[in-house]
Amino acid sequence: MNFDPRFSGRKFTSVGTRPIRPDGVDKVTGRARYGADFNMAGQLVGRILRSPHAHARIIKIDTSKAEKLAGVKAVITAADLPDLTNGDAAMYDVLDNCMARTKALYDGHAVAAVAAIDARTARQALKLIEVEYELLPHVTDVDEAAKHKAPLINDAIFTEGLEEKPVKPSNVTKRSQFGHGDVHQGFGQADFIVERSFKTEQTHQGYIEPHACVANFSSDGTADLWVCTQGHFVYRQHCAQLLGMEASKLRVTSSEIGGGFGGKTHVWAEPVALALSRKAGRPVKLVMTRDEVFRASGPTSATSIDVKIGARKDGTITAAEATLRYSCGPYAGSWAEIGAMTAFACYKLDNVKTVGYEVLVNRPKTAAYRAPSAPMAAFAVESAVDELAKMIGMDPVDFRIKNAAQEGTRSSYGPVYGPIGIGPTLEAVKSHPHMKAPLGENQGRGMACGFWFNFGGQTCTDLNIGMDGSVSLAVGTVDVGGSRASLSLVAAEELGIAYEHVKAVVADTSSLGYNDMTDGSRGTFSSSMATISAARNAIKILRERAAQMWDIAVDDVVWEMGHAVAKGEKHGNLGKLSLKEIAVESGKTGGPIAGHSELVADGAGVSFATHICDIEVDPETGATRVIRYTVVQDAGKAVHPTYVEGQYQGGAAQGIGWALNEEYIYGKDGRLQNPGFLDYRIPVCSDLPMIDTQILEIPNPNHPYGVRGVGETSIVPPLAAIANAVSNAAGVRMTHIPMSPPRILAAIEAEREWSK
Amino acid sequence: MAGVAVSTTINGDSVEFLCQPDETLLDVLRDRLGLTGAKEGCGTGDCGACSVILDDRLVCSCLVLGAETEGRRVETIEGMAHGDTLHPLQQKFLEHAALQCGICTPGFLIAAKDLLAKNPDPTEEEIRFGLAGNLCRCTGYDKIVRAVQDAAIVMKGA
Repeated sequence: MNFDPRFSGRKFTSVGTRPIRPDGVDKVTGRARYGADFNMAGQLVGRILRSPHAHARIIKIDTSKAEKLAGVKAVITAADLPDLTNGDAAMYDVLDNCMARTKALYDGHAVAAVAAIDARTARQALKLIEVEYELLPHVTDVDEAAKHKAPLINDAIFTEGLEEKPVKPSNVTKRSQFGHGDVHQGFGQADFIVERSFKTEQTHQGYIEPHACVANFSSDGTADLWVCTQGHFVYRQHCAQLLGMEASKLRVTSSEIGGGFGGKTHVWAEPVALALSRKAGRPVKLVMTRDEVFRASGPTSATSIDVKIGARKDGTITAAEATLRYSCGPYAGSWAEIGAMTAFACYKLDNVKTVGYEVLVNRPKTAAYRAPSAPMAAFAVESAVDELAKMIGMDPVDFRIKNAAQEGTRSSYGPVYGPIGIGPTLEAVKSHPHMKAPLGENQGRGMACGFWFNFGGQTCTDLNIGMDGSVSLAVGTVDVGGSRASLSLVAAEELGIAYEHVKAVVADTSSLGYNDMTDGSRGTFSSSMATISAARNAIKILRERAAQMWDIAVDDVVWEMGHAVAKGEKHGNLGKLSLKEIAVESGKTGGPIAGHSELVADGAGVSFATHICDIEVDPETGATRVIRYTVVQDAGKAVHPTYVEGQYQGGAAQGIGWALNEEYIYGKDGRLQNPGFLDYRIPVCSDLPMIDTQILEIPNPNHPYGVRGVGETSIVPPLAAIANAVSNAAGVRMTHIPMSPPRILAAIEAEREWSK
Repeated sequence: MAGVAVSTTINGDSVEFLCQPDETLLDVLRDRLGLTGAKEGCGTGDCGACSVILDDRLVCSCLVLGAETEGRRVETIEGMAHGDTLHPLQQKFLEHAALQCGICTPGFLIAAKDLLAKNPDPTEEEIRFGLAGNLCRCTGYDKIVRAVQDAAIVMKGA
């Protein structure tokens, strides 16, 4: 029976309720085991030696003294991770990022690693490794790196996507373009045009749990890896490829994960830990320090974006154009491309053009960060949209409503939209009490919209019904924030049983088929689809078993509210059989009852949000305070509304940190100056107000329950919403994120000078 | 380096251990005593994930030496519930979904317990400043503050 994923508009019993999550008690009692909470007998401590230089050729690495230190069991360099990538350029970059091969490309780039009997010995061993570097000129700024005379990071890079292949290498790896219509003609029809340039600084995902793993490589060529990851199947593939193993010989178990936000989608230390374990012949635990997390993992792109938008007096946008430059770290990426796709996705535009440039810099390899690339593009576009509304004399919400994309709109990045939530979120904001809350002196209100694609992807789920009628649900998408609760609700809903009778676990890579990782807001969307499919397959078997127990045709048995029901007058005296009654007899009716599902979850519905915030600016110091914050977002269907609210609030809080404070600060020497939570300050409890949420439910037509991903979109509007609020409060347009007190003060003072 | 013999009380139980003079309490708890509820998020006292209570004082266990606990009392997350009865804060954290990934949760619970011991009826602002030494990257703190408010009400009634 083929699975039909279409939305069916059913009435829900379990879905939409708010039970306590199945992993909750372990997490409030300290029993839950995260990446660093696992140990093995005979385990060694792994440590990585990192380059202190932003850009340097590695002339020689002498490990002999470290190897002779008592207690050191293995020392490795790139020579112990030979290139097995077979022409796969992206994987070669991953390999080189795990362990520098010929050049150190950023402050923090791994160059060697040790495994020793304890942490002290491992630290001592690192000091005994002698690395001879030849320093090379470096560049860390995205605009500087894009210039012709910038130091070249990789002289084999010739910009892709140009009409003619360039004759000289550069740090711009790729140009990409999206749009339709004729922007030149469109600007000709405009009565008002806003044109501005914006910058955003690099931020880190800032998960509280540093990367951690335990690798155990056996002499028979098999290995186990315990690791905090957003995608253990992807880690298995990458590690197996880099170490020359068959994937099935490497079992990866995902620990509880202490935050990822896109930052735990890439391998860094795991292949190193496996290589150390292989060489030492013992298990190796490798845990990054916070300094290493900042210097070598994450971060997002720094950007430089030019925006031009024109509109008629009546408020119709006639043309929109943007040029976006995104830093990728020292390896090719597609970050500007994603920014270029998302930039104008909220609007119905006849003439739109976006161009993205991927720029190499001597900073850590850029990793995804929650709706990667979208917040920066939204900051630039939504700032310009606000300014244009003001120029026309329209209310910023009305201006956006007038130009909002609708069902049937051709999006700025190509596809035609189905039913979408941008209009409804704007209408909800327009009538939200927040918009009428009084503002005090030096306070400003801002709002902004955001878009994210949402992903689906490969998903595999097993649903096993025990002989007592309880259900074990094994999923392969890592639970980063409560998805075991939502997936248990979905299983309970589909089977018609109580939530309490379902126990969901994240299965290891040897116990379940391949799953893409938990990214792109796909966890609950795709695994719920696979869970529904698996439950329906189980129901088919339950009906067959009931038919057998009753000795009637299976076609006469339907499944209703957790029971097999015999249909038809001739079966009037048969009554009902509960799931449990069927399960108890399963040993006699054909054995275990299970439902499996392997599918590609297509049709992840796009997601839109609109945020409102009030900010107070101290005109003497440039300091800011967030007074009120409201998130309105379309969830399609909120499976566990409390955790949906949590996603909205968490994304908003991360966006607030990004907008007002967080940034990577590099010195002239190319070294990161603030690799710690003291100097890279993420929002703390006293920085924030309560974050109000409103969940809209515009069903996704491509999911049986109408579910859309909800995890990422909430970080897209805050940069712009806060910039608009600060600009309104301070009376000057802010164009550089983060809007830290010195930047706000400088903008206020420049405005005062100018208006003198 | 020779190990230091330490006698201390952890969650009401007498505990003896040997540790290096430069070894943190956090490392002792996690690596020597198997109490992995306290987490290392930074190792520099900035994130609060390793919070424990030392003689009625909230501390980051990454900033305390194991040897310093000689003759003192240490309370960790593992001692917060009584048998299978959760502490009201633990229960309210679950009910309010005041955790997503949960890595910061033990530290928050310890810090909140300390806060309510000293101020049983805190305002929202007092809760926010009282918990400002603990970082959470998932929740935006909204549901954490609400859980603490709710727990304070329950605990006052108890």
